[in-house]
Order: sequence, then C-alpha cells, then structure tokens
Amino acid sequence: MAYKIKASDCTACGACEAECPNNAISFKKGAYAINADLCTECKGQFSSPQCASVCPADCCVPA
Amino acid sequence: MANVISLDSILGVGELKAPAEAPPAAASGCASSSCGSSDGPADMAPEVWEKVKNHPCYSEEAHHYFARMHVAVAPACNIQCNYCNRKYDCSNESRPGVVSEKLTPDQALRKILAVAQEIPQLSVIGIAGPGDSLAAGGRNTFKTFEMLQKKAPDLKLCLSTNGLALPDHVDTIANYNIDHVTITINMVDPEIGQHIYPWIFHDHRRWTGLDAAKILHERQMLGLEMLTSRGILVKVNSVMIPGINDEHLMDVNKAVKSRGAFLHNIMPLISDPAHGTHFGLTGQRGPTAQELKALQDQCEGGAKLMRHCRQCRADAVGLLGEDRGSEFTIDRIEAMGEVEYDQEAARTYREHVEGERAGRHAAKAAAQAEVVETVGIEVQPILIAVATKGGERINEHFGHAKEFQIYEVGPKGAKFVGHRRVDQYCEGGSGDADALGSVLSAINDCTAVFVAKIGGCPSQNLKDAGIEPVDRFAFEYIEESALTYFKDYAERLSQGAVNAREGQDAVIRTGAFTARRA
Repeated sequence: MAYKIKASDCTACGACEAECPNNAISFKKGAYAINADLCTECKGQFSSPQCASVCPADCCVPA
Repeated sequence: MANVISLDSILGVGELKAPAEAPPAAASGCASSSCGSSDGPADMAPEVWEKVKNHPCYSEEAHHYFARMHVAVAPACNIQCNYCNRKYDCSNESRPGVVSEKLTPDQALRKILAVAQEIPQLSVIGIAGPGDSLAAGGRNTFKTFEMLQKKAPDLKLCLSTNGLALPDHVDTIANYNIDHVTITINMVDPEIGQHIYPWIFHDHRRWTGLDAAKILHERQMLGLEMLTSRGILVKVNSVMIPGINDEHLMDVNKAVKSRGAFLHNIMPLISDPAHGTHFGLTGQRGPTAQELKALQDQCEGGAKLMRHCRQCRADAVGLLGEDRGSEFTIDRIEAMGEVEYDQEAARTYREHVEGERAGRHAAKAAAQAEVVETVGIEVQPILIAVATKGGERINEHFGHAKEFQIYEVGPKGAKFVGHRRVDQYCEGGSGDADALGSVLSAINDCTAVFVAKIGGCPSQNLKDAGIEPVDRFAFEYIEESALTYFKDYAERLSQGAVNAREGQDAVIRTGAFTARRA
C-alpha cells in the first residue's frame, strides 16, 4: 500500500516533502514523486496520510 | 571614489526645476492631529523610526524613495484561502501568491546581490511566498536569511505569513533580526473565517470549517502578541471581501491594535473567474475604490493604516508600483557569475535621501500652515490623481503612467490615500482610446490629475469627464502642489467658477499590471 502523486496536477510546492515522516518524497522532473517502497500511508504514524492532508492541489492519492 | 548619485538622476526625472528652495522654517500653529500626511520622526519612538524610515512598505514616505524585493523561495503553504489559487501564474498579473520562478536559497542570494548592484534604492528583502514563508518548517526562508545576513547585513529582512505556524518560529525570527513581519488576518471571528478558509493543515491533520477558522484565529493572535512583545514590528494585512468581512474589518483593526500591531493594511479582494479561485468562480466581487476608502477612513484612529500597498507579487523587484522582476531571471543571474556586494552606491543614495528628508518635512508643514490660514474649514476635501515615478514629485507623463497616486487635500492638509492602477494610455507614441477609458474610470472620483506633461486630446477628454488636467506643477513636489492647487480651488469654488465634484466612485483595477510594451 502506498500513495502516489498525480504529476500533471502537482504545483511543485514541496509541502508534501516537508511533511512526509518517511522521507519517501523527492523532486523529480518538474514534480514531486513518492517512493512506494518507503511510503506507509502514515499508518500507525498519523491519523491521515500527511501528503494528502497538506497538498493544496489534492493530487496525492492512493496508488 | 564613488560617484555621488543624484536622486533625480536615479528616479529619471530628467530636466528638473530647481528643487525646493531653501526650506522654510518649520511652520508653527499646526495643531491638527492630521498634521503631516505621512508619519514622520515626530510621530513615533526614535527606535521605531529607525526601523521604518527606509522601508517602503512600513513608511508611506519611504515608498517614494526605496525599493523592495521579494524572493520566491517558499512555495509551500499550510492553509487554503478562497481568494488564492497558486496554480495560476501569469507574468501579466500582479498579486500576492503568484510567481514565475521559484528559487532555491542559493539562487535567491545571488539574485539579491545582483539586484542590489543595479538598484541602489533597494533597502528591504522580503519573503512572501508564493506560499507561506513559515510553512514546511520555514526552512528555505530561514536558510535564505541566514546567508543574506552574512553577505549584506545592511538590508532589512522582512517576511509575511498567514500566522498559522508563526508561534513556533517567533524565536527564530528574533534571532535572525527579522524586524518586520506581516500577518494576513482577515477575521477575528471564526464564524466569518469559515467563509474565507476552507481548510488548514495543523498538528498533522487537515481541519475544515469552524474548527479550522478557530485554530487559525487563535494562532494568529498568539503569534501577533509574541512578536510585538519582542519589539518586532508587525503589519497586518486584511483582504476586504464585500459581504463577508468588510464591516468586520473594523473589529479586526481594533483587535490588532490592542495587540500592538504597527500598521493595518486593508487591501481590496482581487477576484476574477480566470484566476480559478473559489471567490473568482463564485462571482464574489471586490470592493470599489470608494468602498475601500470609506472603510479605511472609518478605521482611522485605530491601528494606523497603510494605504500604499500595491499587492505585490511574491517575486516583485523595485519601487512599489513598478516591477522589474522580469529583468532578473534565473538565467540572467546565473550568467552574471559571482557578484560581490558593494554597499557604496546604496549608502550614497541613503545619505542623499536623508538630506532631502529634513527639508521635505519643513516644507510640507509650511505649505500646510498656509492653507489652514487661508482656506475656510467648511470646504470639502478633494481627491487628486498624480502621475509620478517616485521622489514625491509630479514627474510622470500622463500617457506613460501605469498607476496614479491619489492624494486627499483639504483645509487640514494633504495626504496620500491610495493609488489606482491603469492601462498605459500612450504606447509607441500614440494614444489608446480603450486605455483612456480605463484611466477615466480609475480616477473618476478625482477633481484633478497632476501630470508632468499631457497631450491635447486626452486633456480634452479629462475635462469633458469633469476632471481637470494640471501640468503647471510639473516636476514639483506633490504635497505642496496639491495644497497650492487646493487654495486656488477653494477660491474658484467661492466665486462659483467651479463646482464640487461629489458622489463619484471609481473602479479598482485588479487585472493585468500593464506589461504591454510598444
């Protein structure tokens, strides 16, 4: 289970990268991307996936 | 040996009449509380004056002389506002939250040093987004300021924030000597706030509705109090949204004043369906010029009002009212290579302004005293639109003006009350009838327009619209000219030679910041 970022909607603001507790998010080719191997969907860490909660473009979604 | 920079050469006024003869001795008998249109050293503690005198956003007077620069290193945000859509980016647009190029702290530093070399009026570096300067831990913001402070310690540092994360960063702000902070506060009542903020991200979760507005409100008030108790100057920005928070902003004014805010800046909502904002799409309108002015006037006596805000982009460069950001692209900065910071030109310029300032205060007071003596107090104040490119002088051609500064002048004196953005009338040497229409609707509540020069055709159109074009004060100082004009106007009014222009309103132009060029 992991989240992904819809690159076409990403504004490249980086809010998600700063919130991710797993350092799973990095900047790649004009947009941010989630490394599925590192993503936990924040289960056991927070009440909701942090990237999806902070994203202004609502483009962090279940993969 | 550095060249002595003439203020007028910097401001490009060209052939200039001899500036202010020996300033008259400071006038006596000026007892009115409105004495002095822009607050000067007499109106505040010396340590506060030191902080604001060269800051174009915190001092109305300084905005005629000094330039600011925003570096867009903070794209992340932690709240959503109904008037903001940060996806939208258009180089013809001038409004907060919008930016063409996002910079890393390293790029920002290079850009600042490059701009400082070319614009000696530069006195302030601000971080205003394009998101929130303190979101994402404020990392890029503080990294930039840390490097900048070492390289160019004489530049003032300034940041703006929505306040949500502010209480967490007040100590860092104080440690970096950031002595100007702007907080955008649109409400002090969460019931109203829920119509402005659909959600916030706080304490690892997204909050909506009343809960979101309540948390935001509490964090804003706490942050404001923490800053002012440390002696950091706080400006509060409020977006005036007719029907939602317009009357409520008087309560906001009181609330922020009681918590020590230095300035309150009430700005008109920028709303257009093309921007894709919630308010744009729902047809929420912005205020008219007179609605904005009426609210600002009603707030007088509370927290001091800022009326010269241009709602700059998060990457704006230059004097307020101009944006030279497009001259300093990342590509160009990179091509410049290593730039050394040389303070000489800036220091010379600041000394020049300092010298000019003393004379200006005295001259204004004298001109004002004369009006108080000669004009009856029953004459209603009038508005005058002024074409200027800085230096407190009437030094712009009507056709070249991208904005007009608005002065209110009456028996109690002359004061700056706002500005109106317009389409440039003259492009490539010929007049543009559509643009003239935009100018007329933008200054429709004014009695006269002061210009350095104006052509016969627009001059006639202005007269037909009931606005007197005035070029006899070309290159003179604005306030003294306005007072002289008012004396003459009062005389003509008493003789029945002119009629008072009352009950007119004007349109606030929030669209393109005229980037069209011939």
